[in-house]
Amino acid sequence: MDFNFTEEQDMVRDGLSRLVREQYDWETRREAIASDAGWRPEIWAQLAELGILGMPFSEEVGGFGGGAIDAMIVMEEFGKGLVVEPFVPTVVCAGGFLKHAGSDAQREEHLSAIIDGSRVFAFAYAEPRGRYNYADLETTAKKDGDGYVLSGHKAVVIGAPWASHLVVTARTGGGRRDAEGVSVFIVDKSADGVTTRDYETVDGRRASEVYFENVSVPADALIGEEGVALPLIEQVTDEAIAAHCAEACGAMKVAHAMTLEYSKQRKQFGVPIGKFQVLQHRMVDMYTAYETAVSLTYLATIKLDAGEKERKRAASAAKVGVGQSARFIGQEAVQIHGGNGVTDEYAIGHYFKRLTIFESEFGSVDHHLKRHVSLA
Amino acid sequence: MNLDFTPEEQAFREEVRAFIEENYPKHLGDVGLREDLSREDFLAWHKILGEKGWSVPAWPEQYGGTGWTPTQRYIWSEENARVNAIMPLPFGVSMVGPVIYTFGSEEQKARHLPGIRSGEVWWCQGYSEPGAGSDLASLKTTAVRDGDHYVINGQKTWTTLAQYADWGFFLCRTDTDAAKPQEGISFILVDMKTPGVEVKPIKLLDGGYEVNETWLTDVRVPVENLVGEENKGWTYAKFLLAHERSGIAGVARSKRGVEKLREIAANETVDGEPLIEDFEFARKVSQLEIDLAALEITELRTLAGEQAGKGPGPESSILKIKGTEIQQRLTELTLEAVGSYAAPYYHSVANDTGSNEYPVGPDYSAHAAETYFNMRKTSIYGGSNEIQRNIITKMILGL
Repeated sequence: MDFNFTEEQDMVRDGLSRLVREQYDWETRREAIASDAGWRPEIWAQLAELGILGMPFSEEVGGFGGGAIDAMIVMEEFGKGLVVEPFVPTVVCAGGFLKHAGSDAQREEHLSAIIDGSRVFAFAYAEPRGRYNYADLETTAKKDGDGYVLSGHKAVVIGAPWASHLVVTARTGGGRRDAEGVSVFIVDKSADGVTTRDYETVDGRRASEVYFENVSVPADALIGEEGVALPLIEQVTDEAIAAHCAEACGAMKVAHAMTLEYSKQRKQFGVPIGKFQVLQHRMVDMYTAYETAVSLTYLATIKLDAGEKERKRAASAAKVGVGQSARFIGQEAVQIHGGNGVTDEYAIGHYFKRLTIFESEFGSVDHHLKRHVSLA
Repeated sequence: MNLDFTPEEQAFREEVRAFIEENYPKHLGDVGLREDLSREDFLAWHKILGEKGWSVPAWPEQYGGTGWTPTQRYIWSEENARVNAIMPLPFGVSMVGPVIYTFGSEEQKARHLPGIRSGEVWWCQGYSEPGAGSDLASLKTTAVRDGDHYVINGQKTWTTLAQYADWGFFLCRTDTDAAKPQEGISFILVDMKTPGVEVKPIKLLDGGYEVNETWLTDVRVPVENLVGEENKGWTYAKFLLAHERSGIAGVARSKRGVEKLREIAANETVDGEPLIEDFEFARKVSQLEIDLAALEITELRTLAGEQAGKGPGPESSILKIKGTEIQQRLTELTLEAVGSYAAPYYHSVANDTGSNEYPVGPDYSAHAAETYFNMRKTSIYGGSNEIQRNIITKMILGL
């Protein structure tokens, strides 16, 4: 048993921590998310330069031979600064699909472009009526000559306005919600028939509704085998869950620290409010919630390479426990900040908002409790 | 002991329901976010009720009250909640109005009560300061006597909807040498058009502008705007806060909210089945209904006490704590119900098209996140829920 990080991992953490501190300060972030673009491509370029975008990939494909623990470190540091740049959609999701099931040609084409920062992806899996069931698909991909024709509507595709390419789940066979008949495609966002409706999200990112109207894609747009992609989707989304849990841990750590600091500064009744035992114990409970969330995040991350059932149980356990901690810490942090906690000016409200939306990404607490039950 | 309404109360319910159906402004029928309302929207129902003589039911009849029993007032609020009515704002009707008719001079009653009743005059509340929130008595805004004027200097904050206000009621320190901070505070009415009054909006985490900072710089106010006695303002402030708390439970509105939640959950699906048939979710809705039933009966017991002549006492703190917890829980469950569509930021989507048309996700998802964020205020305002617990600790438990 070893909970230590390697020297390289510590270096990566230090480097990212410095990057976030020096170049992602609160005012800069505020301006960036309010700008037309809504993100900072120059930060993305730096991440490529530092090797962050290539970290979880093997050396044969131009990566740095890291893995899930490295992605965890990255996302935890991003969570601390509420970094909006699309590491999970591009590196964890698109990169994950390519890593696990991409052909040599697909990896050649896309992975090197992910690693050098020139290609940004979004992952279009959610649908208006599908909730958190990845197989509940109304989007279809019909065989057409050598290729496929895609039709459908994908909901709340995070990072899509910044992306040039989409990873899209679609039904190539079977009935709606059948486990069989699910496939995954890479689609160029500029392809004929793809339209988007872009908007801001409440947690400072950008997303799109993406509509596919008879979009023709070549045969090599398909990742892996046709119709059997559901286990692959579950693998990749469990990786995304572990990464987002790490992000939530980073955000919770800062939210807790800010609250603690505020309780030392803010005076009422002649003393810092942190002197009141009622608030002390609540901040202790926040601390405990944070530490248990970190533990579940480690568990989910370490089990990503375990057997299927073990991996799924750990990912769902983390999404439940971290989700509960995220809600508790977010709400308490705002409450202890009093009126200032509900203003746009104070950073704490923005951490609360990110922690709120984290809950609805890749399955809610209820959804993962059920999944955990089903795997008992 | 029974929970039945009398035939007279039933008849009253039918009468007010018919009046609401006939007279409630149709264009306000489907308001999503309160902060999108204009000044006219906020006042529309108030003005109609003012003409009918129903805008201030709880006031004594001599000042324009309806003479309704607490049970009738309860029925009235239930019937308004049925249509999600934009009720008269509390700042005039439930806050400064009762202070004026209880402690004010005859001139003040004649001058201010008619405008509050009719909805012609908009009031705001100048209580909190950046350094005086839960510890309100530590407020620093001063009012210094200069001939027949007070000169007010200081900064108030969280002044709700002050951007529309004609008048404000302010707590100011008139004696800086008083033995206790509560002594030496006065309750002063200020015309918001007086030179030196400056209202600056505060953006909230849901993106809206509901509250303000109010800066007062050498604001000269005639001494006749002092309510009651100088340095006795804390007594009036406490009187007002107890009134504020008793209305804060929002039972009728939460009942309507649960109905709405059930409608949403009937439309949303999990694996093809309605969300409301999902046991985990249905369990949470039932739990909320149970908590709400407990709150409702508790409020009715308080009302019965009032009917027997007992004013709102420290037990109204229970109503504030449980009422706001339920309101917040309702917004949490709505957010859970809409799934992925929690994320889109309504303001950005609306501005994009230049209209309020909302093409992203189902209509009911449009405000789910904003409302959840916004309602975090309820356990903070009106005396935070921690302060309410302190009140119960001291006044009821005697600890």
